[in-house]
Amino acid sequence: MSNRHPTVPRSTEEFMAQACALEAEAAARYAELAELMTTHNNRDVAALFAKLARIEGLHRDKILAKMGWTVAPDPDAFRWTTPEGPETTDPGELHYLMTPWHALKLAEHNEERAADFFEALSRADVPAEVRAEAAETAAEEREHVRLIRQWLERVPEPGADWGEDADPPVAAD
Amino acid sequence: MSEQAAVPVPGDFKSDVKPVWCPGCGDFGVLNAMAKAMARLALRPEQVAVVSGIGCSSRIPAYTSCYGFHGVHGRALPTGTGLKLARPDLTVIVTGGDGDGYSIGGNHFLHACRRNVDLTYIVMDNRVYGMTKGQPSPTTETHWTSKLAPHGTGLNEFHPMAIALAAGANFIARGFTGDPNGLADILVQAITTPGFSFVEVLSPCVTFRPEQKDWKKTVRAGNLASTADPVLAAREIFADDGMNLGVLYAGERPPYQPPVGAAQRPPADLEAQFAL
Repeated sequence: MSNRHPTVPRSTEEFMAQACALEAEAAARYAELAELMTTHNNRDVAALFAKLARIEGLHRDKILAKMGWTVAPDPDAFRWTTPEGPETTDPGELHYLMTPWHALKLAEHNEERAADFFEALSRADVPAEVRAEAAETAAEEREHVRLIRQWLERVPEPGADWGEDADPPVAAD
Repeated sequence: MSEQAAVPVPGDFKSDVKPVWCPGCGDFGVLNAMAKAMARLALRPEQVAVVSGIGCSSRIPAYTSCYGFHGVHGRALPTGTGLKLARPDLTVIVTGGDGDGYSIGGNHFLHACRRNVDLTYIVMDNRVYGMTKGQPSPTTETHWTSKLAPHGTGLNEFHPMAIALAAGANFIARGFTGDPNGLADILVQAITTPGFSFVEVLSPCVTFRPEQKDWKKTVRAGNLASTADPVLAAREIFADDGMNLGVLYAGERPPYQPPVGAAQRPPADLEAQFAL
């Protein structure tokens, strides 16, 4: 949404820095959302966001290990085609009564956006080494989409009344 | 701030206090954008003071690691003004909501614009009083109905950017919480522009105004053409539908600042002026 031009990596190292920042921001956001849901006593969703934070943290750490880095690059050093990193959850999509199914749908959306981002980069006018890394990472993100969908099959989809609150915050009756 | 990190990162500006805002609240985007802006400016938390009034959004000082003052309803601007005059070395950011800033603190808003003290005023506008459960605010649309206003307000909406321009604010912009990076860009400009900087932020209230979730589809980034000419800015803002984002006006009026040392005079000097 921001009208600044997105960051375009010109080397494998720049690509890995961007990919690492993307994973780091996604992990940090999931951790924030887990804390938020704990505050609002939605324990199932809090646990699920905490698990997603750990998973994204592993992805970040995998890149750190591959590159021999100790600290993830600051996500704010990069510009994206999306308002934040393509794998970062939009906090505006949350609801205090949301269920694990909703949280997984958000995760699925995030993984799809990340895959789209890397696929676009694999076709962009960038050095061949970057295109190759982007294609490989896009394939990994597509695999994550598949895994999230498998996970979703084991989680019940809530009924249409999931957002109804018998004691709603509007106290104006 | 991390001992190893010479360059600040946004996380350095967040405290350990966990926000109690509703999940989905736009104010999270403002907190993130503020942290990003301060990091980009290479500020340190102890160089910044965040002052607020009362309301959901006014909780924000506690969620930062900067100096903070959670003040009286509608009185964030006089508090921030006094602080900046006494401590011109601090970066002072005043925060609040549309009710706090435009209704209870409406008169302070006018005169803060007029005085042009070097502050940044961020208003998280959700067009409703959220903390007190959904009453219409000054920026609520005329025909918005709820249990508390079943026939709408029947009142014209307050127009914050036009008022700020007319009253003399030196920097006027609009951001959106769904674009924290774009909002951080605007805040960097607001903080670095001398004088009174006013940033109107569209910040959805998902609990009492769930329809505002659609703002992400209706806002237009970078659609305000920044100008230093108040006449052009006035034309632009009166043709605006409230969904255009960016910097509207960046003027060159020097900020008000009393002579250095004036605020350090002993209280007895002040008391002497009131002696009978």
